[in-house]
Amino acid sequence: MTVLGNGVEVAAAPTPVRRQRSVAWMLTVGLVVALLVLVPVAAGLGAYPIPTGDVLSSVQHRLGLGGGALDRVPESVLWNVRFPRIVLALLVGASLGCAGALMQGVFGNPLAEPGVIGVSSGAAVGAVAVIAFGLDFLGTWTVSAVAFVSGLATVLLVYAMSRSGGRTEVVTLILTGIALNAFAGALIGLFLFFADTAAVNQITFWQLGSLSQATWPKVLAILPCAALGLILAPLHAGRLDLLALGERPARHLGVDVERLRIVLVLVIALLTAAAVSVSGIISFVGLVVPHLLRMAAGPGHRFLIPASALLGALVLLAADLTARTVAAPAELPLGVLTALLGSPFFFWLLRRTRRRQGGWA
Amino acid sequence: MRLLRSRPTPPAPAEPGDVLAEAENLHVRLGQRAVLHGVSVTVRAGEVLALVGPNGAGKSTLLGALAADLPAAAGVVRINGRPATEWSAPELALRRAVLPQSAALSFPFTVEEVVRMGRAPHATTPAEDDLAVAEAMARAEVTDFALRPFSALSGGERARVALARVLAQCAPLLLLDEPTAALDLRHQELVLRLCRERAHAGDAVVVVLHDLALAAAYAHRVAILRAGRVAADGPPGDVFTEELLSDVYDQAVEVFPHPRTGAVVVAPRRPA
Repeated sequence: MTVLGNGVEVAAAPTPVRRQRSVAWMLTVGLVVALLVLVPVAAGLGAYPIPTGDVLSSVQHRLGLGGGALDRVPESVLWNVRFPRIVLALLVGASLGCAGALMQGVFGNPLAEPGVIGVSSGAAVGAVAVIAFGLDFLGTWTVSAVAFVSGLATVLLVYAMSRSGGRTEVVTLILTGIALNAFAGALIGLFLFFADTAAVNQITFWQLGSLSQATWPKVLAILPCAALGLILAPLHAGRLDLLALGERPARHLGVDVERLRIVLVLVIALLTAAAVSVSGIISFVGLVVPHLLRMAAGPGHRFLIPASALLGALVLLAADLTARTVAAPAELPLGVLTALLGSPFFFWLLRRTRRRQGGWA
Repeated sequence: MRLLRSRPTPPAPAEPGDVLAEAENLHVRLGQRAVLHGVSVTVRAGEVLALVGPNGAGKSTLLGALAADLPAAAGVVRINGRPATEWSAPELALRRAVLPQSAALSFPFTVEEVVRMGRAPHATTPAEDDLAVAEAMARAEVTDFALRPFSALSGGERARVALARVLAQCAPLLLLDEPTAALDLRHQELVLRLCRERAHAGDAVVVVLHDLALAAAYAHRVAILRAGRVAADGPPGDVFTEELLSDVYDQAVEVFPHPRTGAVVVAPRRPA
């Protein structure tokens, strides 16, 4: 400790814990800023370019804060094509990132992710069934609702199958995922077999994962699921930290583990269903996003959960922007793009985990 | 969020001799196997109770039952005079802290974060938590690696971090399952001295031990378990006899006074 001439002691250097906390704050602020920048930029880019200034002016106008409406065509492109798609990308990305962080926390396993362990496919089975058989008993909410139910059933199944003695072994989890993905794939194939041509086209497209059919009604259809999940998730952050000690030690510290588990499995199903029902299967976002954040600012869930939602939204918005502009006028399927970038990361993660543990338990 | 949820209040401080936990004619089954057959023990404030006995005698099971982890097949476990099943998890967390046999962690939290998890049951201010965490870390001698990730520590260091977390919980009843198993000589002594200090400060400490010499030196009272029953219960000087120990462990044992202190020393009888 240095003593200055006037006898005032210089405060001790911030401990790494405090530094980690300030890293967390800076990251959160950075993510919000990046989103605020990327949204108007993404709204302007595309087959019909709109200058970013015009985008901002139109948004101001709609909010009644001055600015001015654009011409009929750009105004319509902006509000009927671009913005629903951007909002959808944000919601889906936030849901996937958040669901990934929650799932890894609940399973106590950093490799858990809705896509990898088959929950996305499970939700997809329900959604595909609705499309293939033309069901609409709940109006625009039918796909989301059915995807939620089948997604929930899948999470419960994975949970029951991959746990023994309060632990989830990596191998069991991944193998369960393989089995479920195969089974869900077979069911989806079966539905395709019975569906008519129009439905087949819709399903195939949707299986690749895409936001190209975004409309405001679709945004509204998933908004309740996504919003509820995103609001509930951070409330359980502290208890998820304790769960990292194991189930019994968490209970010794006052956590009602059974209840926490049920609530979180429901939240995961809500978020996954929200994402899958409008965009199809977009894998690896929920895996990569929480990992990057954990490396940067530690594993505390109070930061990890909201930040995973933010980074998920950012990643998916950027990925969707890339998907629709990089090969214009054609459009890459979004799910293909995220899998192209995400699978090598998953591979690396598997190698690293294996090196650390010295083999699979 | 902390303010919204109604939190249970901590129990009033116990007087020395108060019964903080008791098992009465306790039977516990694990799966098909009956592990405890009618065990009765009382755990009093101000006292270190050591549970000893051969492998599979039911020491950890008894500890688990006292921690309200394992349900009683018959008989009853009371904590602060009330059946364990009637307490909620948050209420129990203010009344007993448990050190598991092995410490695991799914994510790379730092040592300080792990110890801070022990404060979760308390609705105290961050400053009070800081103080309790710092004290617990100092007592368990883990302050030096407070900022390292738990996963980077050796087995013995992890065991002490887990102990620090249990100390930070500040519960009047401590249940420690083989706290010395992974520790070197110096830290074994440290842990049992800590047990004595906590007992002196008015807490009740139950500790599962394999090392009879440690039990003899530090426990106020010892319960010897054999095949799911209590074979003897009392001060180490009374219950550690050559006949009983040799019989319970199926191994010839010598018990003699320490040449300098006069305390009981237990050692296996070995050929000269």
